[in-house]
Amino acid sequence: MPRKILTVDDSRTMRDMVSYTLKGAGFEVLEAEDGVKALGVLANTRVDLIITDINMPNMDGVTLVKRVRAGGNHASTPILILTTESGDDRKASGKAAGATGWIVKPFAPDKLLSVVNKVCPA
Amino acid sequence: MSTPSFGSDELAQFRRTFFEECTELLADLEERLGALAAYSSDVEGLNAIFRAVHSVKAGAGAFGYTVLVGFAHRFEALLDRLRDGKAELDERTLAALVAAADVFSALVDLARQGETPADDFGADVAEELSALLEGETQTTVPIRPTASAPEAPPVDRSYRIVFRPNAELFRHANEPLYLIRELKALGTLTIDCDLARLPAFEAFNVDDAYLGWTMTLRADCSPAAIAEVFEFVDDECELIIEEIADAQAEPEVVAPPPAAEAEATNSPSESKSYETKPADAKTAGKTGSISSIRVDLYRVDRLVNMVGELVIAQAMLAQQFIETRKQDDPGALQGFEHLAGLTRELQECVMAIRMQPVKSVFSRMPRLVRDVGHKTGKDVRLEMSGEQTEVDKTVIEELADPLTHMIRNAVDHGIEDADTRLAAGKPAGGVIRLSAQHAGSNILIHVEDDGAGLDRDRLLAKAIDKGIVPASAKLSAEEIDELIFSPGFSTAAAVTDVSGRGVGMDVVRRNVQALGGRVQVVSTPGKGTRFTLVIPLTLAVLDGMVVAVGWEKYILPLTSIVESFRPGRGQIRVVPGGGEVVSIRGEFVRLIHLARVFGVSEAVSDPCQGLVVLIELANGSKLGVVVDELIGQQQVVIKSLQDNYDPVSGISGATILGNGRVALIVDIEELTRLYDRSTRIAEATRLPVAANA
Repeated sequence: MPRKILTVDDSRTMRDMVSYTLKGAGFEVLEAEDGVKALGVLANTRVDLIITDINMPNMDGVTLVKRVRAGGNHASTPILILTTESGDDRKASGKAAGATGWIVKPFAPDKLLSVVNKVCPA
Repeated sequence: MSTPSFGSDELAQFRRTFFEECTELLADLEERLGALAAYSSDVEGLNAIFRAVHSVKAGAGAFGYTVLVGFAHRFEALLDRLRDGKAELDERTLAALVAAADVFSALVDLARQGETPADDFGADVAEELSALLEGETQTTVPIRPTASAPEAPPVDRSYRIVFRPNAELFRHANEPLYLIRELKALGTLTIDCDLARLPAFEAFNVDDAYLGWTMTLRADCSPAAIAEVFEFVDDECELIIEEIADAQAEPEVVAPPPAAEAEATNSPSESKSYETKPADAKTAGKTGSISSIRVDLYRVDRLVNMVGELVIAQAMLAQQFIETRKQDDPGALQGFEHLAGLTRELQECVMAIRMQPVKSVFSRMPRLVRDVGHKTGKDVRLEMSGEQTEVDKTVIEELADPLTHMIRNAVDHGIEDADTRLAAGKPAGGVIRLSAQHAGSNILIHVEDDGAGLDRDRLLAKAIDKGIVPASAKLSAEEIDELIFSPGFSTAAAVTDVSGRGVGMDVVRRNVQALGGRVQVVSTPGKGTRFTLVIPLTLAVLDGMVVAVGWEKYILPLTSIVESFRPGRGQIRVVPGGGEVVSIRGEFVRLIHLARVFGVSEAVSDPCQGLVVLIELANGSKLGVVVDELIGQQQVVIKSLQDNYDPVSGISGATILGNGRVALIVDIEELTRLYDRSTRIAEATRLPVAANA
């Protein structure tokens, strides 16, 4: 049974790239375009890892991390946040909210996989 | 584990997605910026703009568009300060945002075209952004694709690593086992598990952390590479990384206790979470985010085409059906009617796929009004409604130019300057209303201003001056208004910076007509001007009336047809100088013989023997089209004559009838012009459209 990863990003490009990379490494990938939709997916599906962008409409990534950590099925599921190099404070706020780690955008496919491997090996 | 890098095909696909997304994001950005200008500060708007810039930046970074990334970085920084309330949204800042949006959009375009912008591209705007950001250190470091760890010397070194997680590490779902595995991948690792803090069983708290590890790593890596393994957890654990001299390196006597790895999984609930089989895995597809899919436009076009062919095939079948009198068989009739219903429904569904809200075009307009208003020194407000009205994607793309032109005209020529307005007892600021609504199988788009209305004296003088109408011409007010659609007619007394560069309303009319639509104008002196675009929702099908003329069949657009009738002898009058009119309910309507326009022989030439189809043109005037007989109304699939043959004046397209024959679709707006040409009575007419010939 392949590990299941939920990628949350309002940018289709980013979702496509993350998805493609992870699928290529044998993961099963679900997608959501904002925090609210992500919670909807998580309510019905058990995933092994959540990768989320920070800046999103409706519900941002930091709030999503807090909500996931607050309890429920995924309270101890690893969560990676996507940040840009300039987003050190956002990295910190994501971490404070309970994120497991982060991936710096833009990323090369092997970098993404190595970070994923660190928190959720295939 | 495989580590794929993106192949050129995938990269091209991602890039396509990226630019498609950019188009949407930039349209949204424009719209939000327009709203921001109109309603001043609104945090949600700023957030949305920030997200748009941020998303473009992230994608741009992935594809290595460094200049775009650098610019986005400053743009984003200013937006960030605005939304955090650290900067104020004043006129200057707003102007900078608007300018930045322009540069940003231009940079995206350059990237799309695969061009590298000049070094100083948008430098003035970038400087202005920096100036507004003053006090912040400007670090516009181009972002590298990946920050790789520093290269290590190719010599084995030994490290002693002490790693003692605290409870926080587990709460954030990190897993010491995985980290230890990562270390192991770097070189030879010996592990010693420290169980000293493990409490008695009854005191054991599953949420706490009790284990620690002391490890020796022999690897050709730098301390930084080891630190990187722990980068997510360095503030959630005790961590010591020290290099030890080789002599002191512990021999590999301490075999890793088998328990160490097992016990590394400290929290029982943790380990279980990875093994739990999702009970409801099957629902994933249903609850995933898949509420929409992306489809290549080419595929949709093919689908539309195929359904078009299906509709034609069904029409042919219908013909056969009637000819072989199968309709007398109730079972066959029922089946056939079901098929006809399904075909029609299928066609509607397929057409709906191509439908999009006009919002994507409308959203560019607030910005335009602002810019033109700024240039002309006029205070103009834009009110929009019906942005959600849907129309075929192709139509949307073709709408941008005519709308831009009309709005620009409305601000530049329609709205008076503040003094004139005040003198006329109007508020100093002008209002332009842009609205869209559905009307049958058409979309109506109104562009309305509350300006001075068209200056008819000047229009007429100019038309006479340019030889568009004879000096002796006596035109009605509506006909004078129509003159602005004449080719080569510019309403501006002076060519301004804003409009009047030789592209006139005639181009607008031609663009709209190319869409199978029409544009009309209604002007009230002192009150304003209203342009109405009537455009079919789709370019793919048309509700038409099939008419017979001699041996030929033509299609008239159903939406223009008012009625049809066979006139009595007394209703027909011959006008001195040529031409016929028919009198209907006290109104005289000009008659046009379709057979003469298209040179069809053996057609009925006496209107009283044939039929008159009364048609209303875009400008509201009526026309009686003489045909032999009506065959019936039918939804026809439009095939472009231009694509398959050549453009033919008076014909807007072709279709295939049920009997497999081609029928031409009549461009009714062109009819009078063609008729006048064919009968050479141009000077005798008062009809404005004829004046253009």
